[in-house]
Amino acid sequence: MPDFTKRLLHSHEGKLLLVVVVLFVFLSLATRSFFSLQNMIDLLTSYSFSGMLAAGLLVVLISGGIDISFTASASVAQYVAMTVANHFNVGWVEVILIVAAVGIACGLINAVLIGTLGLSSIIVTIATLNVFFGLLMFVTHGNEIFQLPDWFTNGASWVVYTDKQGNPYIFNLQMIGLIGAFVVTALLLTRTNIGRQIYALGSNKDAAQRVGIKVFRLNLLVYGYMGFVAGMASLIQAQDAQSVSPNALVGRELDVLAAVVLGGASLMGGVGTVFGTILGVMLLAFLQNGLLLLGVQSYWSECFTGAVILIAVSALALERQRQRAGIRRVMA
Amino acid sequence: MSEGSVTTRPPPPAPVASAAGWKPSPVLFRLVVLFLALVALFAVLLGHRLFNGAAIRSMAFQLPELGIFALAMMVPLLSGGLDLSIIATANLSALAAAYVFTHFGLGGSGASMVLWHIAALAAAFGVAGLVGLLNGTVIAYLGVSPILATLGTMTMVKGIAVGLTHGGVIAGFPPFMVFIGNGLVFGVPVVLIVFAVIAIPMGVLLTRTSFGQRVTMLGSNLQAVRYSGIDTRRVLVRVYLISALLSALAGLLMMARFNSANAAYGESYLLITILAAVLGGIDPAGGFGKVSGLVMSLIVLQLVSTAANLLNISQFLSLALWGAVLLGVAGVGRVWAWARHFLPKR
Repeated sequence: MPDFTKRLLHSHEGKLLLVVVVLFVFLSLATRSFFSLQNMIDLLTSYSFSGMLAAGLLVVLISGGIDISFTASASVAQYVAMTVANHFNVGWVEVILIVAAVGIACGLINAVLIGTLGLSSIIVTIATLNVFFGLLMFVTHGNEIFQLPDWFTNGASWVVYTDKQGNPYIFNLQMIGLIGAFVVTALLLTRTNIGRQIYALGSNKDAAQRVGIKVFRLNLLVYGYMGFVAGMASLIQAQDAQSVSPNALVGRELDVLAAVVLGGASLMGGVGTVFGTILGVMLLAFLQNGLLLLGVQSYWSECFTGAVILIAVSALALERQRQRAGIRRVMA
Repeated sequence: MSEGSVTTRPPPPAPVASAAGWKPSPVLFRLVVLFLALVALFAVLLGHRLFNGAAIRSMAFQLPELGIFALAMMVPLLSGGLDLSIIATANLSALAAAYVFTHFGLGGSGASMVLWHIAALAAAFGVAGLVGLLNGTVIAYLGVSPILATLGTMTMVKGIAVGLTHGGVIAGFPPFMVFIGNGLVFGVPVVLIVFAVIAIPMGVLLTRTSFGQRVTMLGSNLQAVRYSGIDTRRVLVRVYLISALLSALAGLLMMARFNSANAAYGESYLLITILAAVLGGIDPAGGFGKVSGLVMSLIVLQLVSTAANLLNISQFLSLALWGAVLLGVAGVGRVWAWARHFLPKR
């Protein structure tokens, strides 16, 4: 056990955990409403979309790639699904199948283009972001869908606990989606052969290829998974927002990237854990929520977020520099 | 041509030959072919509606903003990096200038007016310089990856702009600024002249000076450059400084054109500049790329978007087309390389 604690403290996740806990304790003491079940439920619900996408993006980053286009994939998926839901007699199963199919299709397009064009993944996905989003806006004329079927807007939620004043505390679809995305991603990365292959691909592509990993097929899976998660996230976002707007999601891709990177994933590939990503999302969520509760004008929240990102990535880089210097000293 | 040829490409021709015996690079050649094909296509579809003074002038008004932003993105790209903070920097700089103008510089006349213009420009470039130094220091001295460092500064700088203005607009500038944004000199938009005055020296700086050579060498192999005795960190700081200063200029042009400044203008340009640069033959991994290719790719993109506009196609379809053009050009290149494998050698 002491060995485990020692290792945790020296890992990036350990230090991040410390920061998140300190922030949590501080906000609980400094504000009246931060440490309340209702606030935690609200946070889980409103960060479910970014959180799910962060889980998907983590897989792509570990594989050594990057995806910028997932917000556009999500917008296309939710628009198609909700249009179908409005015009045909369909239910949850069909809607879930549609967002999954659209999301996976977008992801596979990315993987195929990355595998065949000889362009880096960031360039390809910037291009496909514009293609997906541009086509969506062209086809829909930017019209929002305000009227969604009742069975969808009512959603599904379970009252877990009712307090003395009669306020219900609920467990909703957003939480299921968020927890599901993290659990599935963790299982994929740590409990499957494919997960090991993804880490191997991200650590050293040539070596991975030589030991027989089929890079193209693995990329299909990685970007397909990202698309799948984006589709699911888009569905629960539409359920939460109770409407679909084709341009509501695009522009949030870099926020998600920031959360994953705060969680310790490297853009060079091969590094990153689900636990770290959860902490990264939590840090940003606590920070933004906490500033609001502390009474800081909401106009300044972005500035603080940026400063935290800058400090965190600098600390991370310094840590890696020191590690590298340590290795050099051992080698010499 | 002071430096020897350090790249793996054939040595560039002498500068004087750039008019007569000039041989275009494959990228430029491909873009010119694409441009001519598009001109032919749109000539059939649109004819005089596209090729008349007004339409061409509107293109000339729109191109420079994206053009200078693309230059601001190009320099870090050449060095093997990236600058996501260009738009945020541009807006904060424009707001700084706007603040000086609206608080001090409107009532004066003559000499005091000139002084206030200088003060406003100094404020804009001063702010941008600070952001550039911050980016450069964090990237060069702390070793943060450029995407992450500039993602952080982008969020922070935009946050400062939003915080100070509460998301509002500062509007109403002296006639000179309005003239810069919307005026014509001998029928040529002033913004286009500004773009030319910036792009040509940038081209010279990046390909004909030792600084430019160092930047492209950094993009090819940073370790090798460091071992050859060049202070790579100082070069990197300058790269991000130049990027920020160019952003400020683009921000001022935006401000002059709209006659207003805001924390969130031009955000859709950010990823487009990367597309434009890569389409113009700038290797996103660093090391290769020329201003001439970038300018050609900007012209192609502008032609597509203006034609789409005249054909009454939504601006969003032209966004999709821009993405498709990049993927298409890369695809054609791959197919061409593959086909040449089977063609008999001459």
